[in-house]
Amino acid sequence: MTQTCPECEGPVQLAEPVRLSEVAQCADCSSELEVVGLDPVTLALAPEIEEDWGE
Amino acid sequence: MRPVAVLASRVRYEEKRIFAALERRGVPYAHVDTRRFSSELGGGAPGGGAAGAGPRYAAALNREISHSRALYASMILEARGVPTVNRSDVIAVCGDKLRTSLELERAGVPSPRTAVALTPDEGAEAAERLGFPVVIKPLTGSWGRLAAAVRDREAAQAVLEHRAALPSPLQHIVYLQELVDKPGRDIRVIVAGETVVGATYRYADGWRTNAARGARSEPCPLTSALVEPAMRAARAVGGGILGVDLIEGPGGPLVLEVNHNVEFRGFQDAHGEAVDVADAIVAHVLEAA
Repeated sequence: MTQTCPECEGPVQLAEPVRLSEVAQCADCSSELEVVGLDPVTLALAPEIEEDWGE
Repeated sequence: MRPVAVLASRVRYEEKRIFAALERRGVPYAHVDTRRFSSELGGGAPGGGAAGAGPRYAAALNREISHSRALYASMILEARGVPTVNRSDVIAVCGDKLRTSLELERAGVPSPRTAVALTPDEGAEAAERLGFPVVIKPLTGSWGRLAAAVRDREAAQAVLEHRAALPSPLQHIVYLQELVDKPGRDIRVIVAGETVVGATYRYADGWRTNAARGARSEPCPLTSALVEPAMRAARAVGGGILGVDLIEGPGGPLVLEVNHNVEFRGFQDAHGEAVDVADAIVAHVLEAA
């Protein structure tokens, strides 16, 4: 599925099945994006990495 | 069957694989985004269900990427009678390098020489006693962030002065480890309960071999010399679904750290169809349910 990057309007490929809270990266502007809606699929900029994130 | 809760605020490659594994097994599940998770004490939901009705979830798989949210989510669900993987006590130990080291020490698990100092000033003395080069690491944090390899006292003092200037008192506790001369790689062993899922070598050009820093993964044969310390380390921190990182020291493998929120994309790519990490994770969660 191809969606539009909310930052640069470039095409963003999402692997099926698309899931809520899924993260993706825009190949054009490298923005990290999050799927915030499924019907219709909606992308927003993902939150900044926080200090306590990680493995 | 009541659903399995999968706690995750970011659905990455790993979570998508886990959802697919649950679906293949026909296991009902609910994706719970911890950013929208709240619980009233003395009441029921979420996870607890109505009074007398028992827990809403059969079990919870905690894949939350934020350490604080992961810790408290498991704590809340456990209080509601939901078996959690990983448990909050395991998350608390694995999220703190000193607590991990103390548990490994208690269990006699071979690890690099490690020291701790409770002030930055004493940290320089501890580094001197440990002998250079040493790695100065924050007690908390992942992906190799803010870890510094220092090769002499001047460099150590510079790092420690920066640490002293940071506002968090936790940053003033200094955790140091010898820099083991490893062969350009470390080893990641994934454990699910009493099962060793597999192992990979992680190669990197720098001294940090975290996958998040672009390390390259290749399959690593499971030998008893590897399985034994990895399992002992996993048990030492309380068990669960864990990524045990080891380095090859001159006298054998040394356990570097134990991760409670295992990322396995590199691992899965390296093993292809030979190993299914997500399915092994789901199998362990179902055992806990």
